[in-house]
Amino acid sequence: MNLLRTIAIALTALSRTKTRSLLTVLGVIIGVGAVIAMVAIGEGAKVRVAEQFEAMGQSTLIVTSGSTQSGGVRGGAGSRPTLTWADLAAIAALPEVAAAAPQLRTNAQAVSEASNWQTQVNGTTPAWFAVRSWDVSTGAAFTDADVAGARKVAVLGQTVVDNLFPGSDPIGQTVRIARTPFTVVGVLEKKGTSGFGQDNDDLIVVPTTAYAGKLAPSNARFLTGQIMVMATARDRTALAKAAIEELLRGRHQLRADADDDFVVRDLTAVAKARAASTETITSLLAGVALVSLLVGGIGIMNVMLVSVTERTREIGLRMAVGARPHHIRQQFLIEAIVLSLAGGVVGIGAGVLAGKAMAAKFGFPLLVRPDIVALAVGVAAGVGVIFGWYPAHRAARLDPIVALRHE
Amino acid sequence: MPATAIATATHPVIELHGVTRVYGEGEHAVHALRGVDLAIGAREFVAIMGASGSGKSTLMNLLGCLDAPTAGRYLLDGEDVGTLSADRKADLRNRTLGFVFQNYSLLPRTTALDNVALPLLYAGVRRKDVRPRARAALERVGLGSRLLHHPNQMSGGQQQRVAIARAIVTRPSVILADEPTGNLDTRTSLEIMALFQELSAEGMTIVLVTHEHDIAAFASRVVVVRDGRIASDRPQVAAVAATALAALPESPS
Repeated sequence: MNLLRTIAIALTALSRTKTRSLLTVLGVIIGVGAVIAMVAIGEGAKVRVAEQFEAMGQSTLIVTSGSTQSGGVRGGAGSRPTLTWADLAAIAALPEVAAAAPQLRTNAQAVSEASNWQTQVNGTTPAWFAVRSWDVSTGAAFTDADVAGARKVAVLGQTVVDNLFPGSDPIGQTVRIARTPFTVVGVLEKKGTSGFGQDNDDLIVVPTTAYAGKLAPSNARFLTGQIMVMATARDRTALAKAAIEELLRGRHQLRADADDDFVVRDLTAVAKARAASTETITSLLAGVALVSLLVGGIGIMNVMLVSVTERTREIGLRMAVGARPHHIRQQFLIEAIVLSLAGGVVGIGAGVLAGKAMAAKFGFPLLVRPDIVALAVGVAAGVGVIFGWYPAHRAARLDPIVALRHE
Repeated sequence: MPATAIATATHPVIELHGVTRVYGEGEHAVHALRGVDLAIGAREFVAIMGASGSGKSTLMNLLGCLDAPTAGRYLLDGEDVGTLSADRKADLRNRTLGFVFQNYSLLPRTTALDNVALPLLYAGVRRKDVRPRARAALERVGLGSRLLHHPNQMSGGQQQRVAIARAIVTRPSVILADEPTGNLDTRTSLEIMALFQELSAEGMTIVLVTHEHDIAAFASRVVVVRDGRIASDRPQVAAVAATALAALPESPS
């Protein structure tokens, strides 16, 4: 009795109770589909998070001034200016650091001939474009000469362009920021929404020298903003962070027992934490989906037990005409495996479709991992074997006399 | 077949020596068989008769290797069945024995051809030989034109013919028929008995359980079982079923 023949017999037997077989398979379809869809969505979310952090600059560190403390009341980070322009130069000179740029921020009203728009204005240096790994799509970034000359030039984010210069080329035009006229020299590449829901493209970038004094109170010694730092490599951010901390403690002449008067944040670490939490959620979802697959398996066992009872006479007859116990066991086991594998195959399709629909809804990329597909099918087949074994074993152990007389 | 051809003249296919079968234990024990000695030679056509509860069904189950004796020995084709594994007994049922049941016991929603092919699947017959052999068996029982009919599309007599084809398809040496005409009318019963007599003439050993004297009359030896023992064991001159069939008045249909 070869395998193909047994499978053919199993298919014939299953086709005799089509509705029941279909309903049984449905349990497995839902289980496998849920596993595939959940993991695909989870993977998509993970990639999405990674992309969002990529948009911020993968190897970025952010250095801010420490907090004020007066009479026990502590201000927020950056409330006490401790970072100096000299600190920036020293950080930029560290071997672990590829580039460092100041980032002074304020909100201001920007006005064009056509319209006006409140946005975030950043005063910085050309290194900022490298640190944020953010290129200019049209025009050009401002240069070190622009910074040195305190030229009033501006690079606009796409959202600002859309609001101030709808339907026209902004390059060369004038935008008034807090009543000071700036010439638009470039437009930043579109980056979309950040991982935290902010519009990345709603900003204007100007030279620090043009920013200071015109847009916000300036301070010749202290840097009243953040320092954006790019490490030399993605895996060297922790090294760079340590080097910056050591450098600044030395420069600020902090005693060994004193707290840092600055904060260095590692975006890579934040990205890792986000990715880890996404991973956890994916595992949880997949776990829930696996439970539903288990329930599907119990459905198969239930149906196979009913089937064995219903077909007791058939089993008796097969034994009477010479079926060995293992033939009977094999027959019912293969029926269970055919059911669960059919559910597995259809479930993959259902899972991919459900994943696609949800991915489209939430704007995730859909990632169907082949190893998860293989795992789901393997689990489905395993479910067939595990939950089919007991009914098959019961069938094989039937006493042929009792089975033949069964009504 | 002459009445003198019984028992010792040929090598016995079936030998029972002091076979008992007890169900249950202690006070509630039921002694279905209380020491049966029986030898059936090759090519014999034996009818086993007895009232219900006499032990004839138990005897049939033992002969069919579906049950094992509590004590005593059963030799089938010289092989001691008591010592055989479940698999070996399944093989005996497959190759040495053919079963025919009162209720036909065909697989529903399965063609006559596939029903007859069933024992061949378990016999490990080569794929290309299965259908031709099943077809030949069906032709032998006169159902060559009903190969693809399902059981519910056939009359009782036709269904029993399919069952007989299934019993002979592995060319066994013994056919065990348990009340094969119990559900059939007189004419169809005679047709089935005529078929058994033909198979007997072709050299098959046939053991038939019945409680009808009319049916037992077509066997060449009658064994009566009563209270778990053999009450009588007599050779007889078998009536010819074909003759009885010809003598029947033309059926109105």
